[in-house]
Amino acid sequence: MPLIGVLALQGAFREHLAALRRVGVRAMEIRRKTHIDGIDALMLPGGESTAIGKLLTEEDMFSPLLERLRGGMPVYGTCAGLILLCKTIEHSGQPRFGILDATVRRNAFGRQTDSFETRLSIPEIGKGAFPAVFIRAPAITETGPGVRVLAEIDGRAVAVRQGNALATAFHPELTKDIRLHRYFADMCRAAATPGADRANA
Amino acid sequence: MKGTIRLKTGLAEMLKGGVIMDVTTPEQAKIAEGAGACAVMALERVPADIRAQGGVARMADPTVVKGIMEAVSIPVMAKARIGHFVEARILEALGVDYIDESEVLTPADDKHHIDKRAFTVPFVCGCRDLGEALRRMAEGAAMIRTKGEPGTGNVVEAVRHCRRVMDEVRLLCALPEDEVPNFAKNCGAPLETALATRKKGRLPVVNFAAGGIATPADAAMMIHLGCDGVFVGSGIFKSGNPEKRARAIVRAVTNYKDYTMLAEISRDLGEPMSGLEIASIAPAERMQERGW
Repeated sequence: MPLIGVLALQGAFREHLAALRRVGVRAMEIRRKTHIDGIDALMLPGGESTAIGKLLTEEDMFSPLLERLRGGMPVYGTCAGLILLCKTIEHSGQPRFGILDATVRRNAFGRQTDSFETRLSIPEIGKGAFPAVFIRAPAITETGPGVRVLAEIDGRAVAVRQGNALATAFHPELTKDIRLHRYFADMCRAAATPGADRANA
Repeated sequence: MKGTIRLKTGLAEMLKGGVIMDVTTPEQAKIAEGAGACAVMALERVPADIRAQGGVARMADPTVVKGIMEAVSIPVMAKARIGHFVEARILEALGVDYIDESEVLTPADDKHHIDKRAFTVPFVCGCRDLGEALRRMAEGAAMIRTKGEPGTGNVVEAVRHCRRVMDEVRLLCALPEDEVPNFAKNCGAPLETALATRKKGRLPVVNFAAGGIATPADAAMMIHLGCDGVFVGSGIFKSGNPEKRARAIVRAVTNYKDYTMLAEISRDLGEPMSGLEIASIAPAERMQERGW
C-alpha cells in the first residue's frame, strides 16, 4: 500500500492525516529532507503559502520534492498547497513547484469576511454535492491544455487535475466528507501499480 | 454561507504551526511576511512600549491597519479593547481577517466581553486557565491564546498559563460525565463548552501561546507544552536584529523537536529584547489580570 507523506511544516496537516487514515491509507508527517525518500505520494496542506514556501527552501526540502514531483509522484494540494503547485502565481514571485500548468490568483474571493461555505458539484467523485469550505481561498484563472477542471465557481476553476497532480482551492479536510481523499488514494494506488496505465494523464 | 463557526475556526486551523508577529508599520509587516510569519497583528505600539509609556491603549488608527493590510498577502489581525464592540465593528468594516479582543489594550468594559457570535469576522481571545478559555469560546471566540505577561520578554507566565490549561483539560477528560457540571461550575466554564472539550479530548479550538516569547527556544518550548503556534509581540521588533530573529523563531516552531537544528537556529541572533522580572510589575499593572 502506498505511503502518503503530508507536508507538516505549517498549516492544517493534522486534519489531512486524520482524513487519510479514515480512508484507510498509510500516511506520515514530512518535516525534513530525510523523510522524503520513503514516501510514494505527497499531500500539501492548507496554511500560508508564503510561510510554507519559505520553510521548504530553508529546510532544504524544495529541490528533492520538486525532483520527485517531476518524476510523477502523485500529489494533492489544498488551498496553499494548490498555490504551491501552480506554474504562475499572479503578482507574486514566491517559491512554487510549478508542475500544474495553471495560473492562480491568491485570495481570489477576498479576505476572511468573504470566506464562504457552499455545496459544490464535482462529477468526477460522484453525484452528491461536496461541502466545500473556502477560506481566503485562491482560484485558478487560466489552465493549460493538459489540465482538467473538476469543479468551478463563476467560471473560475477550484478543483483541477493534471496527470498525477490534484488540487483544490477549498478544504475537504475540514469536513467529514472523505471522497476527495479517497479519490487521491486511488490515484496513488494506480500510480504504484506496475503496468497501470496513466489514463488520466 | 459566510461567517460560520467552521470558517472562523478553519482559518485558525490554517495558522497552526506558525508564528503571528506584532507589527506597527507596513515595513515591519513586510519583514514579518518575508521571515515566514503565518499572519501579522497590526497595532500602534507593541506591548513593551504600551507598558513603558502608560496611558490608555486603544485600537490602532485605521490608517495604520489599512497600510499593513495593503503591504502583505498573509492574514492581518488587529486588536480591539476588551468589551469594545464598536472598535471591533470598525476593524470588521476595515476587513481585517481576525480580531484579537486583547488585554494588551486598556479594557473598555469591566464586566462584559464582546458578543463575538454576532460578527462575521473571527476573534481570538486570551486566557490563563480553562474556565477563561471556555467562557471566551461560549462568547464566540474561534481561537484561543494563553495570555502570558505581554511586553516582558519573560516566558514564565506563558508557561504557567499553558500548563494550567493543559492540566485542566486532562483533568476534565478524566472525570466521569456526572461530575462535569460541578467541574464547570468551579472553573467558571459554561457546561456546554466543557462537555464539548471533554468529548474532543482537547480544547475544541486552536490554541496559541502568547505573552513573553522572545527566543527560538521559548517558542519551541511552547509547542512542546501543547500550543499550536505562537504569537510574538515585542520579542521581534524590540530585539537587535528583528529580521534574523523572526526567521529563527519561525524555523524553531517547525523544528521544535530537533535540538541540533535549534542550536544552529539560535546562534548569533543579536541582542534579545531586554526582559522584565514579573515580580517587578505590581499586580495592578499586570495585563494578564484584565479579562473577566
